[in-house]
Amino acid sequence: MNWSEFFAMGGYALYVWGSYAAAAIVLLLNVVAARRREQSVRRELQNLQTLNPSDSE
Amino acid sequence: MSSGLFTAVACALRRDLTLAARKPADVATPLVFFAIVVSLFPLGVSPEPAILRGLGPGVLWVAALLATLLSLNRLFSADYADGSLELLVLSPQPLAVLAAAKTLAHWLTTGLPLILLSPVLAVQLYLPEAAYGTLLLALLLGTPVLSLIGAVGAALTLGLRGGGVLLSLLVLPLYTPILIFGAGAVTAAASGFSPEAHLSLLGAFLVVALAFVPWATAAALRISLD
Amino acid sequence: MFDFLHKYASPRNFYDFAGILIPWLAGVTVVLLAIGLYQGLFLAPPDYQQGQSVRIMFIHVPAAWMSMFVYMVLAGAGAVGLIWHLKLAEMTAAAAAPIGASFTFLALVTGSLWGKPMWGTWWAWDARLTSELILLFLYLGFMALQAAIDDPKRAARAGALLALIGVVNIPVIHFSVQWWNTLHQPASVSSIAKIGAPAIHPSLLWPLLIMAIAFTVFFAVVLLMRLRAEILHRERYTHWVAERIKS
Repeated sequence: MNWSEFFAMGGYALYVWGSYAAAAIVLLLNVVAARRREQSVRRELQNLQTLNPSDSE
Repeated sequence: MSSGLFTAVACALRRDLTLAARKPADVATPLVFFAIVVSLFPLGVSPEPAILRGLGPGVLWVAALLATLLSLNRLFSADYADGSLELLVLSPQPLAVLAAAKTLAHWLTTGLPLILLSPVLAVQLYLPEAAYGTLLLALLLGTPVLSLIGAVGAALTLGLRGGGVLLSLLVLPLYTPILIFGAGAVTAAASGFSPEAHLSLLGAFLVVALAFVPWATAAALRISLD
Repeated sequence: MFDFLHKYASPRNFYDFAGILIPWLAGVTVVLLAIGLYQGLFLAPPDYQQGQSVRIMFIHVPAAWMSMFVYMVLAGAGAVGLIWHLKLAEMTAAAAAPIGASFTFLALVTGSLWGKPMWGTWWAWDARLTSELILLFLYLGFMALQAAIDDPKRAARAGALLALIGVVNIPVIHFSVQWWNTLHQPASVSSIAKIGAPAIHPSLLWPLLIMAIAFTVFFAVVLLMRLRAEILHRERYTHWVAERIKS
């Protein structure tokens, strides 16, 4: 089996690669969303600390 | 004790029914909505009797679902606003039973009128005569379940912003089995098959919902009022 | 047993423990995904009926499994939070919802992409796809309810109750949809073999299982990441969080 045949997926390229691309996007967005949430929380905490530094003592 | 419980249920029921009787417009609005939604389908799809006959059962049930949904806000929100719901929660009687009484009052003022109105609208949709009895029976078994499940949703969304739309998002997916078997029963009867299986499943849903859902409503009320 | 539970169920210890666990689990996910993709895309033979399009199954079926599994996790965590008032369980339910919704969405998209070559249409009211759609609505309802309630305690408890009602209803919904489907199935759909049919060859089963495990571990990674952020947020006025932020 050569590569162009592999990418053609027996004529189903759009559907097969579309599915795998959709999966990649969904998995990636999950990670990105989780990281962004953590970053926004961290930023909020940093602000809390600069506002009220004695709190951390 | 049990006579006290009976009195409490009777009081809660009579109170809600009296309130509904004092404000007939609140009872009428979902009914008018029901009639309007059904009348929109011939305008939007086609006035062709053959097409409407096929759509009829589904349209009637979807409209009944939406009309019930529209009336759910009324179930607890006024009592929540004036504080009487807090008293209900604090009462020594089991909250689930009182919630069931309120749900029954809701059904008597929405579900029952919907059932009485449905044959008139069925005429508009050219429902075959053989299916009228099944339509009434299916609605009789199905609409109480709609009120029961809706009560949990109404209790959960008490006092929240965007309560109405949120409520429909919570409740409509849970209504799908009732819709499937309710409309299925009428379709079966209209096409000359026995609706017995559909109706017995609707009856089973009703029994199970009656046994368990009031407890969930009580829990939801406690969560929302905490 | 209870000592152990108490130690790791305290938000602070869980935060540190999850921090250690995440890189390892992420590594496991990558390895499993690599093996699953290799087996699924190269080793698995094309189906005699569906040809190469059968490879969509290695995404679609695990995503559909995950959509159910995550809802069970969500409801289970919600129940634990409701009964024992365990904050960590409450946070787990809230954190699992968007991940589960995304898997449900993926199952719907890949089901549609599989349906086009198999049924000749992007959408069929097939029992499985319809159930997935209603499940997506259940997830969205849960998330909307959580978003509408400002008090975190009420949000957690209301969400848990809704999730429990949803879990009781899922089998009923699934059964109703299947019943409805057998009555209304159009000829074009019934004539073609159902996608993801059970009689499955081992060369297809292995990549399927590996992908399913990879998705499960992936879910655990994202869940832990979200939990860590949520713990920091809820414990923002405590000393230990201040310490962790400074370093």
